[in-house]
Amino acid sequence: MISYVWTGLILIACVTAVCLGRTEELSVAVTDGAANAVTLCLTMIGLLGLWSGVMELMEQAGITQKIARLLLPVLSKLFPSANHRAKNDIASNITANLLGLSNAATPFGLKAAEEMYQTMGDSDELLRFLVLNTTSIQLIPTTVAAVRAMLGAQNPFDIMPAIWGASALSVATGLLAAAILAKISRWGKQK
Amino acid sequence: MTAILIPIIIVLTAIAALIQGIDVFGTFLIGAQKGIQTALHLLPTLLALLVAVSMLRASGAIDLAGNTLQPFFSALGIPQECAALVLLKPLSGSGGLALGSEIMQACGADSYVGRVAAVMLGASETSFYTIGIYTGQLSLKHTRWLIPAAMCADLAAFVAAGFFVRLLG
Repeated sequence: MISYVWTGLILIACVTAVCLGRTEELSVAVTDGAANAVTLCLTMIGLLGLWSGVMELMEQAGITQKIARLLLPVLSKLFPSANHRAKNDIASNITANLLGLSNAATPFGLKAAEEMYQTMGDSDELLRFLVLNTTSIQLIPTTVAAVRAMLGAQNPFDIMPAIWGASALSVATGLLAAAILAKISRWGKQK
Repeated sequence: MTAILIPIIIVLTAIAALIQGIDVFGTFLIGAQKGIQTALHLLPTLLALLVAVSMLRASGAIDLAGNTLQPFFSALGIPQECAALVLLKPLSGSGGLALGSEIMQACGADSYVGRVAAVMLGASETSFYTIGIYTGQLSLKHTRWLIPAAMCADLAAFVAAGFFVRLLG
């Protein structure tokens, strides 16, 4: 998939550059892009390293598990038919996502999805959980902040409230769309 | 408010861990090592995609796409410069990051467009990739309304990015 996207992007760039007569800029862009990638990565190492260290502490100190427990009542409303094990995995998945640990979140998410799939098949609740996972619910956007820091933002983290607002709206829209589409498809089957 | 939030989280975490008798410094180092590995692991992908994005920008293709799609995006309040980001982010996370950082560099990290690009990156997920992982693992054949619902959520995040940057600065 990504192979097609990458080749496509480069092909589009070459064709457009030839058509618009910008081939010289194009060859400069190749070296610039390569150099920028290294700078970007080097700056990200600092902030990502720092934050992963703090996350490790949260994990060991049991803060992660406490947040997960706070989520359980809400999850019971969203996923009423999920069993206890699935609910716990969903809670861990969402907590890891909230803290920006997407690497840790995916294994929990897959376990929860498998548990739900085995007990109730491709139900509305399973799809709702997958929709939730295609939305971002990060509280601390480390990567974006690192990029902003590198590019000289005054306060790299000051976009957090805007990100929270946009994320919340996105999650709400996803869940609402899931509810409406599930109703429509059920109505379509009855007819 | 947000300026003090990050230091406070770090301090409170350290204190909470210390009270429980955890080796704070050693544990931090283990985590930091993981984070550094993640960042380094990202370098080859970033390299490939930043070169591609940089080429697209220099060729004029990004401006062309922005100009063509402008009526649609300006109706939604999405800046023209971010149009290509809306198309790329759901497909590729590091591609989105590469293009987003390029936009922030070109327009300034603290400019309106730069902030909208940052919020778009922070408030959306690589939906198609995520759907691919989960449906692949479950060998789920009928995704029914999963993709339309995920696209609604993505579009909402992109539209809301401009709105909340105007609202909250």
